[in-house]
Amino acid sequence: MRAEFLSGNEAVAEAALDAGLKFYAGYPITPSSEIMHYLARELPRRGGMFIQSEDELAAINMVVGAALAGVKSMTATSGPGFSLMQEGLGYAVMVEAPIVIVNVMRAGPGTGQATKAAQGDVMQARWGRHGDQVIVALAPSSPQEAYDLTIKAFEIAWGLRVPVVVLSDEFVGHGREVVEMPDNVKEPEPGWGPEDYGKPPFGSDDPKKPPPLPPLGEGYDLLITGSTHNEWGYRDVHSFETHFKLVKRLKEKVLGNVEKVFMYEYFGDNEADILIVAYGSMSRPAKAAVRRLQAAGFSAGLLKLKTLWPMDYDALKSYVKDARVVIVPELNLGQVVYDVKIVAGDDTVVVPINKVGGGVPIYACEIVEKAQKVWGEVLEEALQP
Amino acid sequence: MRCLRKHFSRKYLREEVLPTPFCPGCFNGVVMNAMFKAFEELGVERLRGYVFVSGIGCSSWIPSPHIRADTIHTLHGRAVAVATGVKLAKPDLNVIVIGGDGDLAAIGFNHLVHAARRNMDLLVILVNNLVYGMTRGQASPTTPEGMRTVTTPYGAYEPVMDVAELIARTNANYVARWCIANFNQLKNSIKEALSKYRRGFRFIEVIAPCITYVVRYEGKTPGQKIKELMKTCRPNTETPYGRIGILKAGDKPGYLDRYFEYMKKAAGGEGGA
Repeated sequence: MRAEFLSGNEAVAEAALDAGLKFYAGYPITPSSEIMHYLARELPRRGGMFIQSEDELAAINMVVGAALAGVKSMTATSGPGFSLMQEGLGYAVMVEAPIVIVNVMRAGPGTGQATKAAQGDVMQARWGRHGDQVIVALAPSSPQEAYDLTIKAFEIAWGLRVPVVVLSDEFVGHGREVVEMPDNVKEPEPGWGPEDYGKPPFGSDDPKKPPPLPPLGEGYDLLITGSTHNEWGYRDVHSFETHFKLVKRLKEKVLGNVEKVFMYEYFGDNEADILIVAYGSMSRPAKAAVRRLQAAGFSAGLLKLKTLWPMDYDALKSYVKDARVVIVPELNLGQVVYDVKIVAGDDTVVVPINKVGGGVPIYACEIVEKAQKVWGEVLEEALQP
Repeated sequence: MRCLRKHFSRKYLREEVLPTPFCPGCFNGVVMNAMFKAFEELGVERLRGYVFVSGIGCSSWIPSPHIRADTIHTLHGRAVAVATGVKLAKPDLNVIVIGGDGDLAAIGFNHLVHAARRNMDLLVILVNNLVYGMTRGQASPTTPEGMRTVTTPYGAYEPVMDVAELIARTNANYVARWCIANFNQLKNSIKEALSKYRRGFRFIEVIAPCITYVVRYEGKTPGQKIKELMKTCRPNTETPYGRIGILKAGDKPGYLDRYFEYMKKAAGGEGGA
């Protein structure tokens, strides 16, 4: 076990190296650049490849190329860079490239506030590309989680042959805390082995299992295309059957493994009356708020989502159903709150707290005040004759 | 029919996908033939260890799905970026990019010119058909001035981009421009770029006017166009498509050579910011 005082960005880079990262391509952008700086220093020393690309379009496509060649690869970016990477991310979904993309979220849209934290890219990570797809997105709330979830991102990417997005934010990326790291991290294994190389590289009888990705250059004559293709990679841009089968399998591959992919933590009272659903940096003031509410005599709890997408609605519902009041604090104008509303029953009041810009967090006291106010209203309504 | 021998190029092709979807008379076939002849003369029996990367457009369909090798059909314009990732991840592979003028000189030019600047260890073959053929003949950066296309119905008015000349001005090792009428020169150039010059950025532009949208617009038949090109596109002369011939040939260390040197410096603990 090593313990170091790392920023969230440094923790991401260290985790990637521990997970076997051998290729990094990226373009400088605030507030993610420290990930790039760290890997620019470490990768050449450790026998890996580092390249500063001409733009984010190049970065993600280089990373896809390296992943298809069988090498653990990653890129990191923020706001506008993540927008540029959407095209390549959709391609990675289609060709089933196991890549990791870190997005250290900042305030947008446009150039916005480059140095200020936000959580505005949550829905972009989910729906930002054309076409149907289910994406995996993880949200760390501390440098420690930035480390842990980056390793997890590589496990999921290589286990399921999917791209995985790590949605960090400026608070997490630039915040500095002690990070504990195990000594011998086992490099995540692909969800296929050499015994599978003769099988179709783009089809699988079991939709939960990824098809094999044999190495390039060894005579497998891989036919890889971002166009609709059958299980052997032959392009079919006309038939309904091929397209529907492909996109359904790609969706099922992620959703069929939702129990493995969906991670969360619960803190506080069982079956709490007041539930806070939060993720990333905003789960930290939320936890403080739960403690204060408990001290004030309320039954309160925090559901911290470590995985945002795919959302396990059953798991979410199992916590939301017992609550009378659910508070969803987000550093945006309201995004995950809509998913919480989907699972909330008629007796549950779901209330967002939204703030964004200026590097101003949602403070614990604001969450407490809001919770108490809404709780009061709920009580008053219940007491009406 | 016992006397008919299988064409030599069949061993490089996924025969099950033949015939190709190219228009009758399309010059993509000439480029394919020249490339396969080059492989044949180099003694390559099986394209193992070769990876072909292409983007979107008619010429991007030359490798995918036709060539029997590892082929990656990428997004529009991104072939050079994906190829860079493949090459850096597996330096032993021979990575060849094939793309058109829209793919490499318009939407993907940033990747192309930076790969050239880096002297990235790739062979890039640009099949310049002078228009966007696949999407019905819109003007491209290489469409001759005055040509009427669906996006320039009154005649193209933007000046033409000389792609080979631009790439020759970078740090690229090898730059040549041929026309489909220079079949032997083209074949020898591809051969050279895979044997004599094995490292760094090698770029071959092939003038192959689109039969369906350019040649037909000019009111010519493919045969007439080839005859015309044979007259105009003489090696080492200026032509309406720019200078034909080898514009540059060198063997400076490629990106990987330089990166491996850089790694030694890094391992020795030099520098650091």
